[in-house]
Amino acid sequence: MLDATARYEGGDVAGTQAREEPAVLPCEVRGLCFEAGGDLIIDNVDLTLGSTGITVVMGPNGAGKSILVRLLHGMLEPSAGDISWGGRGLCEETRRRQAMVFQTPVLLRRSVEANIAFALRLHGENGQVRCVRILDEAGLAEKAGQPARLLSGGERQRLAIARALAADPEVLFLDEATASLDPASVQAIEEVVQSARDRSVKIIFITHDIGQARRLADDVVFMHRGRIVERAPAGKFFDNPSSREASDYLAGRIVL
Amino acid sequence: MQDFGQAFSLAFQLLWTADADLMEIIGLSLRVSLTAMAVSCAIALPVGAALGMSRFRGRGAAIILLNALMGLPPVVVGLCVYLMLSRAGPMGELGLLYTPTAMIIAQSILITPIIAALSRQVIEDLHSEYAEQFRSMCVPVHTAVGALLWDARYSLLTVALAGFGRAVAEVGAVIIVGGNIAHLTRVMTTAIALETSKGDLALALALGMVLLLIALAVNAVVMALRMTATRYAYA
Ligand SMILES: Nc1ncnc2c1ncn2[C@@H]1O[C@H](COP(=O)(O)OP(=O)(O)OP(=O)(O)O)[C@@H](O)[C@H]1O
Ligand SMILES: [Mg+2]
Repeated sequence: MLDATARYEGGDVAGTQAREEPAVLPCEVRGLCFEAGGDLIIDNVDLTLGSTGITVVMGPNGAGKSILVRLLHGMLEPSAGDISWGGRGLCEETRRRQAMVFQTPVLLRRSVEANIAFALRLHGENGQVRCVRILDEAGLAEKAGQPARLLSGGERQRLAIARALAADPEVLFLDEATASLDPASVQAIEEVVQSARDRSVKIIFITHDIGQARRLADDVVFMHRGRIVERAPAGKFFDNPSSREASDYLAGRIVL
Repeated sequence: MQDFGQAFSLAFQLLWTADADLMEIIGLSLRVSLTAMAVSCAIALPVGAALGMSRFRGRGAAIILLNALMGLPPVVVGLCVYLMLSRAGPMGELGLLYTPTAMIIAQSILITPIIAALSRQVIEDLHSEYAEQFRSMCVPVHTAVGALLWDARYSLLTVALAGFGRAVAEVGAVIIVGGNIAHLTRVMTTAIALETSKGDLALALALGMVLLLIALAVNAVVMALRMTATRYAYA
């Protein structure tokens, strides 16, 4: 397994100087539970996330994928259990080095460009040059001055991902970031995600699209009813899933 | 008592020739009410933002109180400010009674709750939209407040103008604390009240028309702001 520091040897890590900070990865989750409205939505989950690659999270609707990712990102407080990033708890400093793209991203009521600039400024950057380059990479250069909320669904999603990457995160969560997008937009987003992976950004990607999961996944976490029922490298998971739930899901049968 | 038609033509004449007294009165009205609006915004916008963004015990009660204060009767505000500023009052030393400053204070008190309550709603709506994203991005509180105020600027300007409209049209408070002294504290509304009771309908009518025009202009600006905001999908 590669070390997290490897990402800085890649050369093309935009606007970063090598960081002295301790690594945020790997992530260790022990006995994680989340309770809401009397239900145990996350039920005693243990999980280790390595330092690199794309981890795809799959599972039927209501399995608890979004909640799990929110817990990992510190958006929710667990009812029980521990989450550690790089051996430390989920502190502000760790959270700052993560970014998340929600299924329906919230964009600021500003121009496309200003949305990126806002994220850059949060990290103490004022680079107009960087801003232009990010928009270019996201294929949004022509829309720079347009109000972000007038973008199409796919463009909004691309902007949300570009904004998340502008923060130069070490961990990127994507919650169904390509649901309801056309094939071209899906492909564009997959390319962005893969190139982030190649820069050693750790990606946690929720999707229902099995084809997409096959294309992207290095390893798969399969959830059902708040538990992780299978955790396997991508090849193994898709060719020969060991749990009945996962084989039902992959075969398009209702998962009971 | 003048003839009605004659009063109208005199009123137009006053307006057309930009009669000095008339202009002085209009100028003072605008100065007092715009200043009151600015003072109120300085107080009310932070209060509105704080109430709109935070959750604490008693927040509901605070909002109910604020909403109730929107309906403060001007004469009661005038009376309270009078008591504060009168010679025997706690701030009597300052000698502010019957000055434009006293009128600014009274109007500010009158419209601060209006601006605070309306901006609270605006900020709260935007905050509920942004909150999760900001939390995810670890946006510091001061940056979040700034972003909310900035991104809600069109709506907040509308709110400020609503406050201005209320202040400039109000008579009960300014007549008590200002005293309607010619060339010193005579504003449009107090002048209308006085001139009408004296039977000098021309000046009253001219001032009334200007007040209406101001109301129209304020509404036109509000409309324009709304349209700009929706056109750019900022609202
Ligand atoms: N605040 C809450 N209170 C009660 N139940 C909740 C709450 N939030 C989520 N749930 C429940 O938790 C379960 C898991 O939700 P979650 O959003 O994680 O599902 P998911 O795996 O992301 O599903 P989908 O594929 O549909 O997005 C659902 O049954 C949902 O109804
Ligand atoms: Mg979900």
